[in-house]
Amino acid sequence: MPSLPDMNTPEVADLARREAEANPNHPAAPQPDAGQEAFFEALLRIGDSTLILGHRVSEWCGHSPALEEDIALANVALDLIGQTQLWLGLAAEVEGQGRSADDLAYLRDAWDFRNLLLVERPNGDFGHTLMRQFLFDAWHHELLKALSASLDPRVAEIAAKAGKEVAYHLERSSDLVVRLGDGTAESHRRMQEALDALWPYTGEMFLGDDKDAKVAARGIFPDPASLRAGWDATLRHVLGEATLQIPDSPFAHKGGRQGTHTEHLGYILAEMQFLQRAYPGASW
Amino acid sequence: MAAAPHPGVEEVWGWLSEVPDPEIPVISLTDLGIIRDVAWQGDTLVVTVTPTYSGCPATSIINLDIETALRARGIDKLRLERRLSPPWTTDWLTESGREKLRAYGIAPPIDGTAADGQLAGRISRLIGAGGNLAVACPRCGSTHTERVSQFGSTPCKASWRCKDCLEPFDYFKCI
Repeated sequence: MPSLPDMNTPEVADLARREAEANPNHPAAPQPDAGQEAFFEALLRIGDSTLILGHRVSEWCGHSPALEEDIALANVALDLIGQTQLWLGLAAEVEGQGRSADDLAYLRDAWDFRNLLLVERPNGDFGHTLMRQFLFDAWHHELLKALSASLDPRVAEIAAKAGKEVAYHLERSSDLVVRLGDGTAESHRRMQEALDALWPYTGEMFLGDDKDAKVAARGIFPDPASLRAGWDATLRHVLGEATLQIPDSPFAHKGGRQGTHTEHLGYILAEMQFLQRAYPGASW
Repeated sequence: MAAAPHPGVEEVWGWLSEVPDPEIPVISLTDLGIIRDVAWQGDTLVVTVTPTYSGCPATSIINLDIETALRARGIDKLRLERRLSPPWTTDWLTESGREKLRAYGIAPPIDGTAADGQLAGRISRLIGAGGNLAVACPRCGSTHTERVSQFGSTPCKASWRCKDCLEPFDYFKCI
């Protein structure tokens, strides 16, 4: 993040706005949409990822291998959905079009979603679900650490709140990945297969585009690539303890953060959005 | 006609200390540490509340309970505000709240043991039930206990059991 404020830091923006209000024809009057579109996109990228993963994990409710794990998965899903309300609530506020967090969650179609492809992967077996969770948690934890130093105080306070919950998620998924990876021959085989299958979906977490560059320049969001070193360190440590082999392929599926999704997202949305689509505005 | 004087904020704090947490009714909202401020702004009473967990389903019930309790005391103009920062921590649980939890069968949080995601050097000790904590059984007091699950019946608890008296119990996890 830059050490010097650029033209879009809050204080400078406030000054410009006051000046523009005094004289609407002033050349320094900010464009109504200046930089907000990239900010909105950045909030969707995190909020949609927590929403879709929260929904995926909630699919385990009532199906887990043990009651305690069922409760744990449901609680992780609940934390993620709670965080989604904060992120998409802020996204709606930044967009300023009168939409709510619920409107964004229930009334957009697949191409408007900005979640990582990783989180829309089907659950697979319990080990597969936990490996996906670990790969995500390790990244999520790094992202929230960076975001709690965001120059936008609204972003920083959501990140500080969510960061505590995610630190707990990361410790849980790390613990279970080690236990299953360094467990029986069967559990080890399944965890290695899960890691190999999910690996090509991890590279996207660190690939920035022009929108990322805009919010990074304003010190609101970090450059995605800057999260890689911390994530790598967590993986080396935990997967090493788990006796699992980190794949060395750099190949990465990408596009989720730009709205190009796998077929799996459509099925999630069909289930998640059905009620609001069939009975608009229904509440209980 | 002159308006009746406002009840003092100390009195309002006293009323709020009688509003039970909807999920763990043995402790009050003030025991839980989620009431962050009580203040008059003109003739409007403003109560600032922070959520425990961002997805805690009790949040809206808590707001409703606060409103109901204060309206019953004759407060007409009332506004509830949400404050996220600083984020809620179990360090804010009062001493009497911790005692009430223990008497109810829930082990209170052990301060300073919140997850920080810094796993290096700790993972080996995390392996195996119990993690790195010595949680005392609220029934018999033994610390010969083990963790069954990192989560429990509400977002703020984990499931444990005592290896001496064999009692399963909830641990109010540290955050």
